[in-house]
Amino acid sequence: MFKSGIAELSRSLAAGEFSSEEITSAYLARIKEKDKALNSYITLCEEQALAQAKAADATRAKGEASLLTGIPLAHKDIFCTAGIKTSCGSRMLDNFIAPYNATVVENFNQAGVVTLGKTNMDEFAMGSSNETSYYGPVHNPWDKDLVPGGSSGGSASAVAAHLCPAATATDTGGSIRQPAAFCGLTGLKPTYGRVSRWGMIAFASSLDQAGTLTRSAEDAALMLNVMAGHDPKDSTSIDIATENYTANLNRPLDGLKIGIPVQHFAEGLNADVEQKIRNALSEFEKLGATLKDISLPNSHQSVSAYYVIAPAEASANLSRYDGVRYGYRCDDPQDLEDLYKRTRSEGFGTEVKRRIMIGTYALSAGYYDAYYIKAQKIRRLIKNDFDNAFAEVDVIMGPTSPHTAFKIGSQTNDPVTMYLEDIYTIAVNLAGLPGISVPAGLVKNLPVGLQIIGKNFTESHLLNIAHQFQQATDWHTQTPEI
Amino acid sequence: MSISADDIAYIAHLARLQLSEAEKQEAALNFKNILALIDQMQSADTDQLEPLSHAIEASQPLREDIVTEKNQRDDLQKIAPKCEQGLYLVPKVID
Repeated sequence: MFKSGIAELSRSLAAGEFSSEEITSAYLARIKEKDKALNSYITLCEEQALAQAKAADATRAKGEASLLTGIPLAHKDIFCTAGIKTSCGSRMLDNFIAPYNATVVENFNQAGVVTLGKTNMDEFAMGSSNETSYYGPVHNPWDKDLVPGGSSGGSASAVAAHLCPAATATDTGGSIRQPAAFCGLTGLKPTYGRVSRWGMIAFASSLDQAGTLTRSAEDAALMLNVMAGHDPKDSTSIDIATENYTANLNRPLDGLKIGIPVQHFAEGLNADVEQKIRNALSEFEKLGATLKDISLPNSHQSVSAYYVIAPAEASANLSRYDGVRYGYRCDDPQDLEDLYKRTRSEGFGTEVKRRIMIGTYALSAGYYDAYYIKAQKIRRLIKNDFDNAFAEVDVIMGPTSPHTAFKIGSQTNDPVTMYLEDIYTIAVNLAGLPGISVPAGLVKNLPVGLQIIGKNFTESHLLNIAHQFQQATDWHTQTPEI
Repeated sequence: MSISADDIAYIAHLARLQLSEAEKQEAALNFKNILALIDQMQSADTDQLEPLSHAIEASQPLREDIVTEKNQRDDLQKIAPKCEQGLYLVPKVID
C-alpha cells in the first residue's frame, strides 16, 4: 500500500481493495513510527483525517467518488487550513490557526482528499535545505545526515519516505524542483498564476507558485487537475482555461525539440550528475526527440537579480507581522516601537531577518534604482533569453541542481553559497515559466534530478514528456530504505 | 561595497528589527558578501530595457464595487494576541 502513488491508490479504492479509512489509519501509524527520524511533519491531523476518510468512504458507497476521493495527502505548512495550525515554519506563526482554507486546500477538500498533516519547511519558504525551520531541520530519507532540499523539504522527505502518497508544495526560486531532485521525486512548478495563491502565505508574490511533489508525472497531473484554475480571490491567478492534465500523458515524443542550455552544463556542475543528465537526454533521443544546444546568455545574472527582487517583496509582505492582529507577540512591550521590534526580532529566525534586511536596503532611498530597478531590467533580459530559446525549441532540459543532496549543517554559515544552490531553477521563476524535475539516476545511491522547462501554460506537455520518460525508465520508482 | 555598523543599525530600524551586537556584526559581514553577489548585476547592459515587474504581463482585473466579504470580526479577533470589546490592544501611543 505504501509503495502506491495516487493513481494506483485511486484504482485500489475504486476496486474496493481497501477503504480510505484503512489507508489513512495505516499512514497515520506509519508517520508516528517513522517520522521521529525525519521530522517531515509539523502537525499531524489525526482526528480530521479519519473523519475525512470516513466521509470519503461514504461518498464512494453512494457511487459519487471522483478520482481523488479518499486519497490521503499532506500539505506544506504554508497553506492555510481552517482550524489547524499553519506555522509557515516560523515561531511567528507557531500559535496561528487560520479562520479559512487556502483555495488549494479547499479544492482538495471538495475533491474528497484526506489531509494527513502539515509538512515542515524552511521558515517562510526562505531556504534551500530545510534547515531554517523553527521546528528543526528535516532529514533526507536517502541518508539521514543529508538535507532533503528546501524550502519544501518536509513535503519531499515525507513523499520519499512513503509517509504520504504525495504532497503539495510551493516554489519561489526552486523550492519544489530542488527538493524533488534531492529526494528522487517528481516536482512540478506550474506557470505563475496557474494555481491560486489565496491562503498561501506570501514570500515573494511575483514569484510564488503552488505545485506538487509526487512519485510520478501521472500523479502530478491528477493533482494539478484539482489545483489549477482561475480564482477570483487571487487577482494574479490567470483567467485562461485549464486542461485535463492527464489527457496527453500517452502522446509519443516523436519530433520533440529539446534545447540544451550550455550555461547549465558549465563549471560548477558535478561530473557524475552531468553524466546522468546526458544519459537521460540520450533516452529522450531514443524516444524520438532531437537535441539542440542553445544559449541562455544572462542566466548567470539570475541569482543576483533574484536576491534583490525576492527579498524586496518579502520585506514588504512580512511587514504585516507586527504582534497586533495575529501570531507571536513579545512580552511586556514598553511602547509601540518596542512591540514591533521585539515581536519581529523574537518571532523571526536569522535567515528571514537577513532577507528582510536585504530587501529593506534594496528598496531604501538612494538604492532603489541601482538595485530594484536594475534587477527588474535583468528580469526582462532573462525572460527575453527564454523567449529567444523557445523560438527554436519546444522545451529546455538540464540538471535541476549542480550536485546531489549535501550534509546538514555544511552550508548554514555561508548564505551566498546556499543562495547559489538554486542556480538552475531561479531563472524559471523570474520568467514565470513552468518547470518539472524528474528523477534521472543515482550517484552514490543519491538521486539526481532532470529539470524540464516549458513555455507558459504548457503543463500538459511537460507532464506528457515526463510521463513518457518514466514509461521508459524506472528511476522514479527507486526508493530509499526506510 | 562595504556596509558600516551604522548602516546595519539604520536598515534594522527601517525593518523594525532589533539586533544584538553580535547579530549586527554578523549581518555586516554577510551583507558584504551578499551585496558582492548582487552587484554582479551591474555588469549587464540594460540601458534599452524596460523593467519587468511581473513575468506574466497581465493587467489587474476590475470587479464590481460590492461587498463580498462576510463580517468575520469575531473569528479574526479570536486569534489576536490582545483584544478587548472588539478592539485590538497595543501599548499606549498618545499620553
